[in-house]
Amino acid sequence: MNDDVRKNNDASKNLMKYQATTNKAAVLENLDAVRAMIRRHKFNDYIFSIIGLIALMIGLLTLLTLFIELIRDGSGRFNLQFFSDFPSRRAEHAGLLSAWVGSALIMAITFLVAVPMGVAAGLYLEEYAPKNWFSDLIEINVSNLAGVPSIIYGLLALGLFVYGLGLGQSILTAGLTLGLLILPIVIVATRESIRAIPVAIREAAYAVGATKWQVVADHIVKYSYGGILTGVIIGMARALGETAPVITIGALTFIAFLPSSPISTEPPYLNFEWLSSGFTVLPIQMFNWLSRPDHAFHVNAAATGAIIIMVTLLMNGTAIWLRYRIRKNIKW
Amino acid sequence: MVTATTPLKAEARNLNFIYNGGNRAVKNLSMPLYENKITALIGPSGCGKSTFLRCFNRMHDLYPGNKYEGQIVMHPDNTNILDPAVDPIEVRMRISMVFQKPNPFPKSIYENVAYGLRVRDIKNKRLIDEKVEEALKGAAIWNEVKDRLQDLAFNLSGGQQQRLCIARALATDPEIMLFDEPTSALDPIATANIEELMSELSNKLTILVVTHNMQQAARVSDYTAYMYLGELIEYGDTDSIFTHPTRKETEDYITGKFG
Ligand SMILES: Nc1ncnc2c1ncn2[C@@H]1O[C@H](COP(=O)(O)OP(=O)(O)OP(=O)(O)O)[C@@H](O)[C@H]1O
Ligand SMILES: [Mg+2]
Repeated sequence: MNDDVRKNNDASKNLMKYQATTNKAAVLENLDAVRAMIRRHKFNDYIFSIIGLIALMIGLLTLLTLFIELIRDGSGRFNLQFFSDFPSRRAEHAGLLSAWVGSALIMAITFLVAVPMGVAAGLYLEEYAPKNWFSDLIEINVSNLAGVPSIIYGLLALGLFVYGLGLGQSILTAGLTLGLLILPIVIVATRESIRAIPVAIREAAYAVGATKWQVVADHIVKYSYGGILTGVIIGMARALGETAPVITIGALTFIAFLPSSPISTEPPYLNFEWLSSGFTVLPIQMFNWLSRPDHAFHVNAAATGAIIIMVTLLMNGTAIWLRYRIRKNIKW
Repeated sequence: MVTATTPLKAEARNLNFIYNGGNRAVKNLSMPLYENKITALIGPSGCGKSTFLRCFNRMHDLYPGNKYEGQIVMHPDNTNILDPAVDPIEVRMRISMVFQKPNPFPKSIYENVAYGLRVRDIKNKRLIDEKVEEALKGAAIWNEVKDRLQDLAFNLSGGQQQRLCIARALATDPEIMLFDEPTSALDPIATANIEELMSELSNKLTILVVTHNMQQAARVSDYTAYMYLGELIEYGDTDSIFTHPTRKETEDYITGKFG
């Protein structure tokens, strides 16, 4: 260590010499010292890139192994029947139908809750809220909310939606709960993509005489929706895999019926009975199968796990692709 | 050139501007802007030129805690545009601005120019088309972009983007145009284009331009104001400021001994 410091000092002394003389020997000697120094500095690059690569691989390989394992174990069940069968006491006839329909309907509600509320809240905080201690407090809390364990949301929902508002253990309750759960993710994504818009563009819009609302509607929203959408999709992917809060509010683990269809053949063609229907979701179905002693069910669980991972990866992939597509025309 | 008959378009009266943190960046500044003339603001970096310029379109209102004292009175209506009762949006409808760095919207060339009109509730497509063409011609960029109006503005060169921004500021028929070092990012040819443009524009509107380039101030402006540390040191018609400034500081700055 001490040695290193001395060497460094030598190099800088040599640098001074370099400025003071055109003597060739001195120049060459100095050059050697500079090269040694650069080599020493570059060694750190090398060390760090190895550590980084190892860290990355640990994460990636673990996930990959898990994924491959699930696909291998569940390979017997990757067919259409698996998606069109209700759960059953016989493993080879048990399917995902009620689970994926439940997940899809709940996701729809989650989307409808989290997007308008999250975007409006993010826009308000960035563009309209006065900057003072109160908005600072809200800001800190929004970020903290993203870190609250999801089961706490389940407890909140049990008290508020199930009992307080009497919505019961329904699809609507589950959708609202997951909507609340990913709200902070949407708010943070909204705020971050709004903040990425350069001040100069904002000022340009105000300078031609736009009102705040015109700036928000014609510029802020249009330039930030790529980032907002990415946040929404990532939030939805998280909601899809959530289990704890959904169990807390009382998801069923064995369900052999579908909610009534949202579309009907008679006017008014829409039907909202499904909102109050009982439900199950993919991760709960998976958990249910996994907890059976009969190993035949574990195949179903593995297949479900693989499907959840695939859908999640697909959603994240879509988010990346959308961001790329939308940001292509926006250079900042 | 300063004659009693040259009409006033606006004047700053004992203007002070204080930034949020308490920094008084413009001090007791009084200065006229004559109608259909170009007034240049010169002075060393950090002396408050941009701050002063941005008082004219109330840009400082966008950030909390900034404070104006004194007045900027606009003629012929005699409105103090700094009066809190005057809506900053109304002021920006009358006074447009071209920024130092080109800042087109990430929209089409056409939409960039049309935006100011849309903000003014102009919906007639033909009228907008006409105005866009007129503004692009006025900003001397029409020939380069007339076949690609729907292209993204970001795909233009820096000089073209700046002229597009001038077109955007022009399309709304402002009474006064503010330019904050409009050519600092441009090459000599683009700079010459924009200077020529400003001279032409001054036939129908009043221009206030910040510049670091003495030759530019001498070439384009009718009046010149020299600022230092937030104060107006000297103001006069450009010829006399550049040939025999009355203040030593002005002379040092103009001749490059200082700044
Ligand atoms: N947002 C701000 N908050 C506080 N002080 C500021 C702010 N912007 C500028 N200032 C200060 O106000 C003074 C004037 O700045 P201004 O940008 O008006 O100078 P300028 O004459 O335009 O300089 P330049 O030629 O470099 O653009 C400077 O001392 C600067 O540090
Ligand atoms: Mg400036």
